[in-house]
Amino acid sequence: MLDFSPTQEQQMLMDAMNRYAVNDLQPNAHEMDEHADVPADIVQKGWELGLLPASIPEALGGFGEYGALTNVLALEELAFGDLAAAFKLMTPALFAYPVLFDGTEDQQSRFLPMFSEEKPFPATAALIEPRITFDPFELQTVATRQDNHVVLHGCKGYVPNAADAEWVLVYAKDSETGAVGAYIIDKGSAGVEIVEREKLMGIHGLASYRIQFNDVQVSADLVLGGERGINYQNLIDHMNIGLAAVGTGVMRASYEYAKDYAKERVQFGKPIASNQAIAFMLAECAIEVDSARLLAWEAAWQADTKGPEITKAAYLARDYANRAGLFVTDSGVQVLGGHGFIREHPVERYLRNARGLPMFTGLVMA
Amino acid sequence: MPINFQIPEDLEQQRQMIEFFAQTAMRPHSRDLDENEHAKPTEFVNMIWPVLRDQQAHSLKKMLEKDQNGNGSKEKRGPGKTYTRLMLMIEQLSWGDVGVYLCIPSPQLAGSAIEAVGTPEQKERFLRRFAEGDQPVWGAMAMTEPGAGSDTSAISTTARLDPDTNEWILNGEKIFCTSGGLALEDSDGLVIVWATVDRNAGRAGMKPFVVEAGTPGVEVTKAEIKHGIRASNTVSIVFTDARIPYDNVLGSPEVQERGSKAGFKGAMATFDGSRPLVAASALGVGRAALEFVAEKLKEAGIEIPYTLPYHKLTAIQRDVLQMEADYKAAKLLTWRAIAMLDHGQYNSLQASMCKVKAGKAITGITQKAVEILGQLGYSREWLIEKWMRDGKINDIYEGTGQINLLIVARRILDYGSGDLR
Repeated sequence: MLDFSPTQEQQMLMDAMNRYAVNDLQPNAHEMDEHADVPADIVQKGWELGLLPASIPEALGGFGEYGALTNVLALEELAFGDLAAAFKLMTPALFAYPVLFDGTEDQQSRFLPMFSEEKPFPATAALIEPRITFDPFELQTVATRQDNHVVLHGCKGYVPNAADAEWVLVYAKDSETGAVGAYIIDKGSAGVEIVEREKLMGIHGLASYRIQFNDVQVSADLVLGGERGINYQNLIDHMNIGLAAVGTGVMRASYEYAKDYAKERVQFGKPIASNQAIAFMLAECAIEVDSARLLAWEAAWQADTKGPEITKAAYLARDYANRAGLFVTDSGVQVLGGHGFIREHPVERYLRNARGLPMFTGLVMA
Repeated sequence: MPINFQIPEDLEQQRQMIEFFAQTAMRPHSRDLDENEHAKPTEFVNMIWPVLRDQQAHSLKKMLEKDQNGNGSKEKRGPGKTYTRLMLMIEQLSWGDVGVYLCIPSPQLAGSAIEAVGTPEQKERFLRRFAEGDQPVWGAMAMTEPGAGSDTSAISTTARLDPDTNEWILNGEKIFCTSGGLALEDSDGLVIVWATVDRNAGRAGMKPFVVEAGTPGVEVTKAEIKHGIRASNTVSIVFTDARIPYDNVLGSPEVQERGSKAGFKGAMATFDGSRPLVAASALGVGRAALEFVAEKLKEAGIEIPYTLPYHKLTAIQRDVLQMEADYKAAKLLTWRAIAMLDHGQYNSLQASMCKVKAGKAITGITQKAVEILGQLGYSREWLIEKWMRDGKINDIYEGTGQINLLIVARRILDYGSGDLR
């Protein structure tokens, strides 16, 4: 039966996330962007909402059950607050979810309980490689098996929170099979070198880094999933769904700001929103935001129900959010006109952040 | 209930039956009916009539029972499936052929209006004909006039009460009436005619009147020649002192006060149900086009991948992916508006949203599909060029994309028609 109403529990979660977004993230978003930092106390406040432990079963220290749809609902609200903060807050999930989905029992019981601690567990993941032809299925970071360990070599970019991280999940291509695997690396290992902090067009608040892995040794028990390895396509699907969700949040923030502005801004004796040229732009934005949201929901629902078309649904949801995100946030700047170009209004930041959606592969997971 | 995108099993089975029907009784006639514009889809009509007649008998029975048991009973019922069922049926029939689907022997839009505002006596008198007999019957809605398109307040057809005979006398001209000829000339059907009882009262004076086949003074004067949906019967009707019984007015004949829900506004609310169904029809055309494109590309050795980054996609792959994503957005917006109807929720905003999106998306998808299939796509040997012509109507009727966008804009901005013209 078709139904578009979140459950009561989901609604409560969304409300909590929305309060955090509106009270803690939005009022600080400009400062966080200008100072290129999301302060620890703001992250801590978000962490205490318990989104990640709610995805981890009780037996592994959490208090809930993983649900892609529930995550999507929460991620939209977080990104509605601020995309960089949403990424930063949810970075530990980039490590936790793959362990939850694909980890061996040992790996799960060793790592997952730490994600339910009071402080965010300092873990991250490294997927993106810095070249214009980057393809997650054609990684150039290589994992070579030697005796009973694996040697990693390659360069990764956009690794969020890498400076503070103690553990990094690194995606690399098996030198023999060509399959992509994920390797858990202690950041203190020999050969791990943080090259520099990335300087990006947007998401300034998120500190992300380029890392060089110079023949880093990984012991066999830290190969994610052991001999079985990982279901990489499934992880990519969850990344795509996560990006569709945060994309929806960014565009909604832009749309709502522009809508409110257009009703207040008076020119020629009337609010600019009473001109069809403006009103129609806003109406199109409203439709695009809802479209992006529904594609994200449906893909997440497929993930939760093990639907047959999850890869397609996730890809299309992200593709849609990529395009709609740009359209809506560009419209946001346009509605504000000259004021939209000034950094004191958030719409130009939304546009810079939305432009990055196609590039943020692996920066968030639903 | 949680968020759910699962079509119930029984509805899916019904859809599959209609798919078979569409494949065997609609598609084979698509080209002929397009080329021979004013021919009737007789075979389709004769095949579907007995099924529809029995369904219509069933729904009339339920409708009358509901009236008898009192509409006002406040007891809460769970969500229904009526609109979801209807949506899937319309989508699947439109996938077969949207022009032929529009010739479906049923009360059509007249049915929605009679059901929404008719008395039990009117329902029995007007809808019984769709529920019995060997001969197919059609209903239709006549709203548009040469001088009144989206601006329905400009309707100039008049209805004057003759106190001597207690009859309404209709005068005026209606155009673009879908299935009007089928209703008035080819069957013992009826047309709902919107006319004003008081031209000074604006919309408040606008009333729907039921005009039955065989009424003197009613003449079908023209069958339009069209860009697409050529199988559909689109006619002009002229009323010259056409007399109809007093009881053929739907709802109260009194001029309502401004803003009253009982008159014009109440009847306009039927659009909240019909717009998502037009969107569903658009989706059928869009799916037909997408499936055909995928099939032909596959034959040519081109697959659509769902795993590649943009730089590895060909232009055609990227086009098709965008078409699929747009189609899906239109579909999900439509599903939402339909689900809200089945849950008894007010959906005016969502109804217009899905109509805007589906009309535009399907127009774009079918136009691009012709381009992708090149010289063969442009050929009349395939149906894709026809689907492009058919698809365009979805951005036009039941409120153009722009009128629906205006409705969306007013609702999101909380503006009335005076604030945003």
